[in-house]
Amino acid sequence: MNEKNLKKKSLEYRKTILEIIFQSGAGHTGGSLSCIDILNVLYNSVMNISPKNFSGLDRDHFIQSKGHSVEALYTVLCDCGFYSKKDLSTLNQFNSHFIGHPTIKVPGIEHNTGALGHGLSVAVGLALSKKIDKKTNKVFTLLGDGELSEGSVWEACTTASKYKLDNLIVIIDRNDLQITGKTEEVNPIEPIDKKFESFGFETILTNGNNISDLLNVFKKIPIKGGKPTVIIAKTIKGSGVSFIENQINWHHKVPSEDEYGRAISELNEKLNSYE
Amino acid sequence: MNKIGKPNLEIFSETLMYEAKKNKDIIVVTSDSRGSGKLVPFGRELPDQIIEVGIAEQNLVGVSAGLAAGGKIVFGVSPASFLTARSLEQIKNDVAYSNCNVTLIGISAGISYGQLGSTHHSIHDFATLRTINNMTIVAPADNFEASEVIKQAVSYNQPLYIRYGKKPMMDIHPPGTKFKIGKSILVKKGEDLTIIATGETLQRAYLAYEILKENNIHCSIISMHTIKPFDEDTFLEFSKNSKAILTIEEHSIFGGLGECCANLIAQNNIDTNLKILGIPDEYMINGSQSDVLDYYNMSPEKIVEISKDLLNK
Repeated sequence: MNEKNLKKKSLEYRKTILEIIFQSGAGHTGGSLSCIDILNVLYNSVMNISPKNFSGLDRDHFIQSKGHSVEALYTVLCDCGFYSKKDLSTLNQFNSHFIGHPTIKVPGIEHNTGALGHGLSVAVGLALSKKIDKKTNKVFTLLGDGELSEGSVWEACTTASKYKLDNLIVIIDRNDLQITGKTEEVNPIEPIDKKFESFGFETILTNGNNISDLLNVFKKIPIKGGKPTVIIAKTIKGSGVSFIENQINWHHKVPSEDEYGRAISELNEKLNSYE
Repeated sequence: MNKIGKPNLEIFSETLMYEAKKNKDIIVVTSDSRGSGKLVPFGRELPDQIIEVGIAEQNLVGVSAGLAAGGKIVFGVSPASFLTARSLEQIKNDVAYSNCNVTLIGISAGISYGQLGSTHHSIHDFATLRTINNMTIVAPADNFEASEVIKQAVSYNQPLYIRYGKKPMMDIHPPGTKFKIGKSILVKKGEDLTIIATGETLQRAYLAYEILKENNIHCSIISMHTIKPFDEDTFLEFSKNSKAILTIEEHSIFGGLGECCANLIAQNNIDTNLKILGIPDEYMINGSQSDVLDYYNMSPEKIVEISKDLLNK
């Protein structure tokens, strides 16, 4: 998909994220908006995952370790044809499989996540299975920056490095904020790049809300044969809506009717500039 | 006198290697537990089918789940104490909730590690794992059960936990015995009381049976190797027709075999006497597995005495 269409999609996706959170009355607004461009590029330009090949194993895999940003994932999977918008509109309703964290009951979702620090180990296991089967498929996983305080993340890194998993791509949604405040105040995790490097990863820094930067970065992977890759994607929590950006209280705040209207207007204005 | 066989752990590793040679999709994951899991020969003969993650049990379970998601038949092997406590969240979310085809092998389970202390004991594993949905729990008693459960685990295709001890075990079951996960085995049949044991305590129940028989007391002995799903049908049949039920487990008296039986007795209004033998809620005495089990009333002689008391109630 070309860059212009991807940019338009990112704006449409943001509208859908806000719509489903507004209508269902719950959701992780800030984190979903920060990682949406990454998911957009992954599903529409990078990964070989589709409703047609999903039931098999000869394809790429994606584990969203930061499960709470599920509204972004639901939005992209819906657009990719895994289920209808009507299905998605059941979000958070009684007996719906569309709940506040991803589960395998929803078509297109690989693994149940929600408790942080789990996804990387599972992705390592998947990447190992590809190496054992001598397949060239890749395994992608998205982690939050606050999540890096979980010790199990670093346990997984040692195994990724030991087994030279160059088919593993870890993406960090580096939006600098977590539920309590700034990551560097809550529990400092910098230098993220040097930490991963010392664990045997090749590290790339990019702008995680810039479609062309993301496209360029994903073209380069794996950066080095025999080494797992980490992409530190610098993002803005709440990206794309002026009054939501970089606001701690928007971690899981639901927009009021007025806020929802203003957000959609902002996004529509940006969309109109493409026409 | 029945023959003393091998440690169940050795039977586990021999059976798994036999199965893994036939099926290249079988992958073993260890956390510096190759030696304690008796998997050194496996590693030597099938190096492409073993993944070593080092001393990182949470990662062991997560990696096992990922391998299973990638189509592998995975056996995650680690000491039961660490596997089922430190990695409990990975077991809950990545294996059970995500329905990954992982068999978790808790090695040196219960109080197999004896004098190494409570850090190394797993008297909590039945209780914690029973409360996790979509989890099967098996504690094989003798070499036969130890081997059969692995053969069935290969095609079980759902989350499974099996705990193994490390002491040589007496052969209990005669040739031709049927083993099925979820279905208990009637070892002896007698009309006076029913003794239900799980895992390695079955040997103690069996020895008590011999003494009781000499005393003209006839008991049924049931090997309840599967703690979950529990064989309710067999339990209800025997509990309704027994004057007393005695349960024996190498586990806390809370949340294991005994409480499972108590629950069924209470909810089915069964009129029988029940006694639960297991590890009580106290700072545990130090000693070998055998000495500790004896101390907590699980010697064959004590089982006989308690059985008689139960029948005289």
